[in-house]
Amino acid sequence: MSYSIVDTGGSRSFPAPHPLLAGAAPDGEVVILVGQDAGRALARVKREGKAAVLVELGTECLGVHTGESRGTEGSNVLGFARFRLGDAEPSDLVELVRQPATPAAAVDAARKVLEGAGLRVSVCLDFAGRIVDRLVRPYYNATLRRLDEGLATADDLDTTLKLGLGYPEGPIALLERTGLAHHFDVTQALFDAYGEQPYAPARRARVAKERQARADRKERG
Amino acid sequence: MSEIRTVGVAGAGTMGAGIAIVAARAGFRTVVFDTREDALARARKQTEGFLAKSVEKKKLDPTRRDAILARLSGTTRLEDLGACDLVIEAVFEDLRVKRELFGRLDAVCPKETLFASNTSTLSITEIAAGSKRADRFVGMHFCLPAQLMKLVEMSPGLSTSEASFERAWECCLAMGQRPVRTKDNPGFILNYFLVPFNNDAIRLVEAGAAEPAEIDRAIKAALGYPMGPLELLDLVGLDTQLLLCDALYAITREPRAACPPLVKRMIAAGHLGRKTGRGFYTYDRDAMFGG
Repeated sequence: MSYSIVDTGGSRSFPAPHPLLAGAAPDGEVVILVGQDAGRALARVKREGKAAVLVELGTECLGVHTGESRGTEGSNVLGFARFRLGDAEPSDLVELVRQPATPAAAVDAARKVLEGAGLRVSVCLDFAGRIVDRLVRPYYNATLRRLDEGLATADDLDTTLKLGLGYPEGPIALLERTGLAHHFDVTQALFDAYGEQPYAPARRARVAKERQARADRKERG
Repeated sequence: MSEIRTVGVAGAGTMGAGIAIVAARAGFRTVVFDTREDALARARKQTEGFLAKSVEKKKLDPTRRDAILARLSGTTRLEDLGACDLVIEAVFEDLRVKRELFGRLDAVCPKETLFASNTSTLSITEIAAGSKRADRFVGMHFCLPAQLMKLVEMSPGLSTSEASFERAWECCLAMGQRPVRTKDNPGFILNYFLVPFNNDAIRLVEAGAAEPAEIDRAIKAALGYPMGPLELLDLVGLDTQLLLCDALYAITREPRAACPPLVKRMIAAGHLGRKTGRGFYTYDRDAMFGG
């Protein structure tokens, strides 16, 4: 299936060359809007006659760009984001966001294009945090809080979760490697959306965010 | 402190049998206690089967297998644990049952004998309170299947002496295990984080936000986890998840630890996971299909 790409710049999903970007055609059956302004660019794209139109999402819901009504919303417009922790390379996972009345054919077309570029696709409804952030952010906050409370050392926490569950990396090492400040941004957005305490940024994430802000101010002079 | 030569294991269930293999394999004389002869017989059979497979896979030579089996004995008499330097309890997760057992063990074991509980959710301090030797009492939580998993979460109770903890730690290392030190906290490390994480995944399914297969695929692809949370739940059993939730939530009162209603509905419908052929997925022999 042919697809075209509209790049608005600053994509978190595709910060570097990727087979998906390389395989685009000038006028495809599927349109993929990538970059920080993908949502705004949606208004300028012809949607009629397209198998699917994909909009790269940040922490916002797809409904922000499409509008919603009575739980019956849904069209050939889908949201997507490639899961990425902080400064780490994006993973191969694309979370593909559908709405209640999104036609199955549009989901199938989007999935086909993404999988054709070597990506793995998980489909979910349109909710803050999609699948992975919704599940891992409370867990990361809990590990950071328990580290503060002296449940175990960082090494023992990481070792336990690696040996006990086969995780490739422990949560503390993972967050420090990929950026605690970024974790703050994501979990704060989820806390704003849900108002539930498990999403409230852990102290260590808050400290990292404040230090990042201080460093940014210093850099700007 | 005297050297540990003989290890007692109280409870011949899956966990107890696994711990006994670990101890006997490491060269300790090992006595497994259970009140039921049939449980002991089943554990012995499972142990022989496991060791036979190890021989088949050339991980163990037959002479060593015979030596391991010779070091392992079973008994229905609690008094037979009186010769043990360390007794590891692996019975049902019930505070009253465990406290009563340790109270009886205190009467048959010498004062030097170290007591350990393999509890995964209960407080070591609270169990130890029934033992009359809280200073010589530690938490030693082995992971399932114990005979394959190296990790042991080790926790001192409030009254555990550092010398007793070190003695148990050294014994754990001598068993070839990898101990980690954790506070006496509900669920210690593994279950404290895993049970709510799995509950969150169940709640996504419950809310119709995504299909089980989509959630599992997302977690594996994004984070490199070997199993998705719903696959894992099917493996351990929904009934086990309910028990873990009830134990953890009763102590912590953390909403994420509360058992999602869907679990109770699935249990009522007999959808316990792999063991009943249906959970979040449907199983036909060993083949897995999308839920």
